[in-house]
Amino acid sequence: MKDTDIKRLLYTHLLCICSIILSIFIPSFFLENFSILETHLTWLCICSVSVTAVNLVLYLVVKPNASSKRSSLSFKVTRFVKCCVYFLMSCFTFHVIFVLYGAPLIELVLETFLFAVTLSTFTTVPCLCLLGPNIKAWLRVFSRNGVTSVWENSLQITTISSFVGAWLGAFPIPLDWERPWQVWPISCTLGATFGYVAGLFISPLWIYWNRKQLTYKNN
Amino acid sequence: MRLGSGTFAACCVVVEVLGVVLFLRGFFPAPVRSSSSSKHQAEPPAPEPSAGASSNWTKLPPPLFSKVVIVLIDALRDDFVFGSKGVKFMPYTTYLVEKGASHSFVAEAKPPTVTMPRIKALMTGSVPGFIDVVMNLNSPALLEDNVITQAKAAGKRIISYGDETWVKLFPKHFVEYDGTTSFFVSDYTEVDENVTRHLDKVLKRGDWDVLILHYLGLDHIGHVSGPSSPLIGRKLSEMDGVLMKIHTALLSEERETLLPSLLVLCGDHGMSETGGHGASSTEEVSTPLLLVSSAFERKPGDIRYPKHVQQTDLAATLAIGLGLPIPKNSVGHLLFPAIEGKPMREQLRFLHLNTVQLTKLLQENVPSFEKEPGFEQFKISERLHGNWIRLYLEENNSEVLFNLGTKVRRQYLDALKTLSLSLSRQVAQYDVYSMVVGTVVVLEVLTLLLLSIPQALSSKAELEVPLLSPVFSLLFYLTFLVLSAVHVIVCTSTESSCYLCSLSWLTAGGVMVLVSALLCAVVSALTKVLVRGKLLSKNAAHSNSRWSELDLLILLGTLGHVLSLGASSFIEEEHQTWYFLVSTLCLALCHDIYRNYLPGDDCEPQRCLHVEGGFDGATPALQDKNTSSAVLELNRGCKSPSSLGTLRGYEKWMVLASPWVILTCCRLLRSLNQTGVQWAHRPDLGHWLTRGILEARFVYVFVLGILFTGTKDLLKSQVVAAGFTVKTVGLWELYSGFVLLAALLLRPHNLPVLVLSLLIQTLMAKFVWKPLRHDVAEVTVMHYWFGQAFFYFQGNSNNIATVDISAGFVGLDTYVEIPAIFLTAFATYTGPVLWASHLVSFLSSEASSSSALSHAGFCYALIGSFPVSAYIILVTSLRYHLFIWSVFSPKLLYEGMHLLITAAVCVFFTAMDQTNTKS
Repeated sequence: MKDTDIKRLLYTHLLCICSIILSIFIPSFFLENFSILETHLTWLCICSVSVTAVNLVLYLVVKPNASSKRSSLSFKVTRFVKCCVYFLMSCFTFHVIFVLYGAPLIELVLETFLFAVTLSTFTTVPCLCLLGPNIKAWLRVFSRNGVTSVWENSLQITTISSFVGAWLGAFPIPLDWERPWQVWPISCTLGATFGYVAGLFISPLWIYWNRKQLTYKNN
Repeated sequence: MRLGSGTFAACCVVVEVLGVVLFLRGFFPAPVRSSSSSKHQAEPPAPEPSAGASSNWTKLPPPLFSKVVIVLIDALRDDFVFGSKGVKFMPYTTYLVEKGASHSFVAEAKPPTVTMPRIKALMTGSVPGFIDVVMNLNSPALLEDNVITQAKAAGKRIISYGDETWVKLFPKHFVEYDGTTSFFVSDYTEVDENVTRHLDKVLKRGDWDVLILHYLGLDHIGHVSGPSSPLIGRKLSEMDGVLMKIHTALLSEERETLLPSLLVLCGDHGMSETGGHGASSTEEVSTPLLLVSSAFERKPGDIRYPKHVQQTDLAATLAIGLGLPIPKNSVGHLLFPAIEGKPMREQLRFLHLNTVQLTKLLQENVPSFEKEPGFEQFKISERLHGNWIRLYLEENNSEVLFNLGTKVRRQYLDALKTLSLSLSRQVAQYDVYSMVVGTVVVLEVLTLLLLSIPQALSSKAELEVPLLSPVFSLLFYLTFLVLSAVHVIVCTSTESSCYLCSLSWLTAGGVMVLVSALLCAVVSALTKVLVRGKLLSKNAAHSNSRWSELDLLILLGTLGHVLSLGASSFIEEEHQTWYFLVSTLCLALCHDIYRNYLPGDDCEPQRCLHVEGGFDGATPALQDKNTSSAVLELNRGCKSPSSLGTLRGYEKWMVLASPWVILTCCRLLRSLNQTGVQWAHRPDLGHWLTRGILEARFVYVFVLGILFTGTKDLLKSQVVAAGFTVKTVGLWELYSGFVLLAALLLRPHNLPVLVLSLLIQTLMAKFVWKPLRHDVAEVTVMHYWFGQAFFYFQGNSNNIATVDISAGFVGLDTYVEIPAIFLTAFATYTGPVLWASHLVSFLSSEASSSSALSHAGFCYALIGSFPVSAYIILVTSLRYHLFIWSVFSPKLLYEGMHLLITAAVCVFFTAMDQTNTKS
């Protein structure tokens, strides 16, 4: 049971990584002058859309948690709307946090917001897919010893590593190397992306490595 | 002997201050000096070189100018004269630059761009050491060989009006002087009128040879309102008028004398975009240098662009112009255009004198001077010069002579340039011995502090300090003997000056005793720790305390900050590091709070607070690894979360909202003063506040707010007094006193910093620390972080230019040294001091255990001395870095000062603790 779960986890994660890598290379066939650094905003849009799409598709295909009993259409619709609202709220919250961290208030609003959207796709979207719009479940997953499945454990790891990546990404900004990627928010978005990818890579391996120690309440 | 951990920490920090002082003394090197600098014996001038033929010209050449007027305008930037501002506001000067009989240069000042070292550089031609900045406030007399002393010895009559620094640097040199003080920064009219009012009389009289005018007004305007202020234009026009007056007077007088006169217009340093100076940005180091004399007559159409020269070049030029020997320590070279109009023989003679002087300096400062390219060039050009003299004396074929002369001249100029360059690059040797001893003391103290953590932070808060046993131990005497031997060997072998060697034997011996005693203490502490570690591992009594992510954040943040000090950009932008850390701290606190108080989280009521953090870089793997080495964790175990029932209604909401309020406050403060380098051009909210009446009313509102909080604090202390000791009231009163003093000293636009600081302190104390029951160490470190952040919120930076010296004059009529220094230091370090005193008051009124204060003192000492020790090592390893003088050295001074403040705070903690235990 557990091993098959880990295998499925690995495959889904590899698919997510592929979607990010493809979002770097595919658009250059369709768009002229496309590069991550120069047309950063375009890439951000494409990346977040593709990651969201892959996450949704994987959620629908894999169905990691047993779906709830009620499955009426209206319930699904309200659930979807709720998810959208949560996503938007998380985008705005991140934006506010970035500004509080020192991002310019008026200049570069679009850049900051798109960074917030990207970070939300790396963190909030998987949470929404896996746990649904349920704050209590979120809090449970992100507290110590609160995870109940392999999926939640990997969710915890990827989310934290995305945050840490974005956090670390801010460090090169004050350096005087005058590189194009040091401009706000490029280093942070790149850091978040790297963190996310690293989390995707590490979490199946880490879970596999520690599968003996990990015992979940429900299992 | 048993010592409280607070007392122990205070002693340690005081010893550490000594170590840092020793290091600083060794780090700031003595500048390039001629060995015979102190004695002013009149050496005969170098005779003209002559190959075989005897030259009849062995005396110093006669002066080129009869009178010299030096107009020094403080903080005159090159574009104020040569740029668009000059064209607009200084029409006469622009005319002189473009069409008149003048030579214009852009003179580059070496950092530190502060007035006194710059005057020294202008008059001695040497590059003063960085330590001159520290001495800037009380300038002692200049003992080095310089143009003014030479001129006085030659019987010239010198008059000086303007900045009193001149009078202090050259006491008894001037036949007439009127010093103006440079400390009333807001005065920019009187200070210059006091100079100009003498002008008419003096120019009419004409019984002088050198006139020095130093105008301070422009610098004051820069400090108060920056280089783009409209006041600058008015001041420049005024200066233009002064220049025109002097120039016409000189011209009219010149008809009666044979020799022309010289008018020098120069600036001592530039002005940064914010109006300060002290660092090494292009705006601060570029100053105009304008030489005006009828000897520099030019044909119409002869366009002379301002050439880039060094500020030190003026001394040699002035000496030649006045017919004086060139100052011995001058590293500058003659400004050749100034002697271009002279006959070839004189030109070569001047160049030869300058080259000989530079070569002598090179010989005294560089051991392998014969291999220097400049020296070889000098030898070649001297030989060529001799040949030329022989030809000149023998025959008079002017064509051949001129061609050969031009060649010799080019050779000389090349040699001069090379020599000057290699000399000014020759920053004198570091006094490595003193640096090493200082570093050793600092490191030993730090190790001692680190080793005594478990003991000092135990619940007893007492340490066993074995004072007697090391004194009688063999190790102590052995180390002492070895160190003394090393001391003797070092002092007898090195040629370079060494501070420790110049001390008396008794003092040096004291230092050695200190070093070896500390070593013994470290060794005994180490053995103790090892023994205890063995015992612990035998008993397998593993402390199962896990690190909360807050502890991890604190540790990682401290380490990260220390590591970031190795990069010059991170030092320039250190405020960003602190803002970032403080923001992260707020988010981590927020996380903590939400974990405790958000509804629906009640599945495990007795659960510990240790939870995964999303924002603080804690990954589970890392945490697991660090668990076993719990060091900072202070016997706290599981905190029982205060239940929701105790906090109701608005209080709960305040607790939930306070991190966000604090974050918002920090964001506002961050844009109040833009400091640093990269983002310094961003608009300040502070400037908006100082603009006009409406904004001033806002400031009044803030002042009222401060008064309100102050009274509230006092009232609170009254209320608290009912239950607690009188001491707590006293502490809160002291704290309020600090707040009021800060309100008095801070610039008006910085008052919001104070208000928001009070707000944040209240919020943190009431809604974060008390309900969440953070332990003493965490609270101390958080106070320290906020104190650092507020240091930068005030507009400080790691740059000398941002020190606000005007704070030292609040309420004083004249410059009184000790109160001025104290007030300036307090105004600069308001943030850290306020937070530290808040820590004392908070802990003594809130903390339950009696050892809280002494724990806090220990933690404060530890966290304060950690960056200094690391930075000393970093700076030692980076001492040949390109930015060592512009970025790392000022930071070193700041770190030293900060350690001094920390020591004062620790002593304060100990004193409070002592009174506590007595009562």
